Amino acid sequence: MGYSKPSSGLTLKPDKQPGFRPWLPYQQNAPCCEPVPHIQANGLGVTYQGSPALQNVTLNINRGCLTAIVGPSGCGKTSFLMCVNRLTDLIPSCQVSGALRINEMDVLASTTQVLNLRRMVGMIFQKPTVFPFSIRKNLELPLREYGITDHSTLSQRIETVFTQVGLWNEVKDRLNHPAQALSGGQQQRLCLARALVLSPKILLLDEPCSALDPLSSGVVEDLIVSLRGQYTILIVTHNLAQARRIADDVAFFWPLNGVGHLIEHGTAQDIFESPKDQLTAAYIAGTRG
Amino acid sequence: MISSFNNISSHPQSDRLWLWCLRFFSLVAGGIVCLILTFLFLESFPALQHIGLLAFFTDADWHPTETLYLLTPMIWGTVWVTCGSVLLATPLGILSALFCHYYAPPFLATWYRRLIELLAGIPSVVYGLWGLVVLVPMIGQLHPPGPSLLAGILVLTLMILPTIMLVTHASFAQIPFAYIQSATALGLGRLAIIRSVILPTAKAGLITGILLGIARALGETMAILMVCGNVVQTPSHLFDPIRTLTSNIALEMAYALGDHRSALFVSGLLLMGMVLLFVILAENIQHRARHEATT
Amino acid sequence: MKPQPNSLQEFGSTALVWGTAGLVTLTFLWLLGDILAHGLPQLSWTFVFASPENAGREGGIGSILVSTGLIIGVCMAVALPIALGTAIFLAEYFRYDWVLGRVLRGSLDVLAGVPSIVFGLFGNAVFCYALGLGFSILSGGLTLACMVLPLLIRTTEESFRMIPVEHRLSAAALGLSKPTTILSVLLPSAIPGLLVGFILSLGRALAETAALIFTSGYVDRMPDSFLDSGRALSVHIYDLAMNVAGGNPNAYATAVILVSLLLLANLFSLWIAERWATPNRLPA
Repeated sequence: MGYSKPSSGLTLKPDKQPGFRPWLPYQQNAPCCEPVPHIQANGLGVTYQGSPALQNVTLNINRGCLTAIVGPSGCGKTSFLMCVNRLTDLIPSCQVSGALRINEMDVLASTTQVLNLRRMVGMIFQKPTVFPFSIRKNLELPLREYGITDHSTLSQRIETVFTQVGLWNEVKDRLNHPAQALSGGQQQRLCLARALVLSPKILLLDEPCSALDPLSSGVVEDLIVSLRGQYTILIVTHNLAQARRIADDVAFFWPLNGVGHLIEHGTAQDIFESPKDQLTAAYIAGTRG
Repeated sequence: MISSFNNISSHPQSDRLWLWCLRFFSLVAGGIVCLILTFLFLESFPALQHIGLLAFFTDADWHPTETLYLLTPMIWGTVWVTCGSVLLATPLGILSALFCHYYAPPFLATWYRRLIELLAGIPSVVYGLWGLVVLVPMIGQLHPPGPSLLAGILVLTLMILPTIMLVTHASFAQIPFAYIQSATALGLGRLAIIRSVILPTAKAGLITGILLGIARALGETMAILMVCGNVVQTPSHLFDPIRTLTSNIALEMAYALGDHRSALFVSGLLLMGMVLLFVILAENIQHRARHEATT
Repeated sequence: MKPQPNSLQEFGSTALVWGTAGLVTLTFLWLLGDILAHGLPQLSWTFVFASPENAGREGGIGSILVSTGLIIGVCMAVALPIALGTAIFLAEYFRYDWVLGRVLRGSLDVLAGVPSIVFGLFGNAVFCYALGLGFSILSGGLTLACMVLPLLIRTTEESFRMIPVEHRLSAAALGLSKPTTILSVLLPSAIPGLLVGFILSLGRALAETAALIFTSGYVDRMPDSFLDSGRALSVHIYDLAMNVAGGNPNAYATAVILVSLLLLANLFSLWIAERWATPNRLPA
């Protein structure tokens, strides 16, 4: 992969000009990041019990890019994420309006095969949610549900994704141990592996590092960076420094009168170095939010 | 426009089968109450038709063989034994819960609660056996004959004490620690905190506990049957033997036929009405308290 | 140090509370001690395995134990699937079927309050006569199943609700269908709670007498089938104490067995609750 790994999150020097990222030399026209829209939202809105949480979001998310969604809490970042794989279905009295397409598929149509959609879109959450059984069974479960029951295929897939998330050497001798015995960072990587095991095209990451200690947070962050190009990644984060470090594109959400709006969307360089909107500039400078 | 409801309607076939299975089981579970009420009414119907509701309160006596069906003595028996035991068990139960929460050292509180939990599960026949063999002869020495309203009250007190204590205990546990903290910061003593903060805050829990205790006392059969003497009479003092609605059913059901059997179902219906009144009242109070706590 | 103005009241109330606790403890120890003191000398292996003779005055409780086991077995075999289905429905589908769920919850609350003697009347009318099962183990077990259902449903539903919502979201995000989510992801987490509820209900069923007297009957022979009448332990105690002169010693011995069974169940559920309470917490 054509990128040099950051030695640690602390190397970011705030005195440098905004958007200065020597460790991401390909940032401008990264070969893995195509300017081809993969997810297209048009006038997307979400309401909970009739009161709107997100309104009129129109943006294109490019294939293979790592797009960070930033903004203060309560601005509808997570709601936006949950529309993409229709987890909003699980929330009572939640209604989604507008249009959302992944390639040519209409995500919000009632004829959409929700289960297939969710297999194409992996998601991990703030708190690592390993299921209360063995490490192996955690990964086998989605595969078996998908119809893969052949033993060697299962083992092979599991080894592949564990290698991909750099967990294979840590767990290969204890695949039958309970997954909840793993450390927090390991659990989050297990969740990532579980999301990858179905070979999704899109990854939704809802603040994947914020519940982890700094060390495992760094490991997970490096892992996410290593996945860019192979997957279209949407990451919600509170951590502006993190967004600055890893994102190709940034979407900035802000609550206006309690309802989340998309304020600005562009490449990370544009957002961090020459924001067009005053709110964005204020948020990035730390004077708002 | 999509909503959360779409998830259900877009289920594949197998999922729908599964949901119908769940609905079926739920319907069975929910239908039992209706079934109980239906059968109680069906079985009581002949008696209500032949004897009439009024006769249960105006007949001369309870003599099913002579078609006399007076229920009043049994109702009084039930009422007195319930009143007595609830009056005794309420202070004991509340003081026990206070002991567990605010007086006892932690290990003692844990053991005391476990003891009470164990006693809540002891079968009523075992209480009845103890009452019959130990308590009744003692009362007999004090004032013959022994099997009496008093014996019933004492045994029933022991049986409903765990109910009252455990419900009260649970409502004490829900009091926010900050209340106690700030009351302590005001320099209040333990007794003052209990009187001014804890008891008023846990009022709904206390009332629920008492109502559930009443419901349990009304419905109790075996222990009462074993210690109360089962003579059909309206008790005039504590040492009179009595018969309650429940023990009447348990005693005569085995051989009752025709209108007599039907009359027993009427008393069952009456009993169920009384118990449900208190249970529903308790549910309502609890529900309202929970509602107030959340808003 | 000057005496506080309230110290007398404070002392009095403390004495009252400790006195109450002491009185209650002593009374209950008296009760348990009495049962043990009278019952333990009668106990032996032959008492446990032998059949009752001379109306129960002599012999043992072998056939009674078998009948009790069969009644409880019928009760749990019927109640468990219904309770599991209903609890899953209430915990996972309640919001989609709001009206049905609301009615269901109300009727279960009412069912929980029905006195056991009324269950006896109901079982007698429905299972013994309307369905023609007669006084039998089947009738008794079915009656008990109706009785323990609310408790079993409530504890099972509670254990499903304790599972964090993230598990459901994660499972859905992996493209697992709802039945798979419930059976493969949620059920394993709910098992400890389910087990505790199961044991509590078992204890309730074991302790029950009034609902069994005129559903499963009095016959103390070894039952040949589920349609035979069979006497439960608690009914045996009642019959020996009330209807059989000189039956008290064996009534006490049976009571010791019954109470120990309940104590065992109680300890087991305590053990499960403590054993499983820790690993569900995530390491920091």
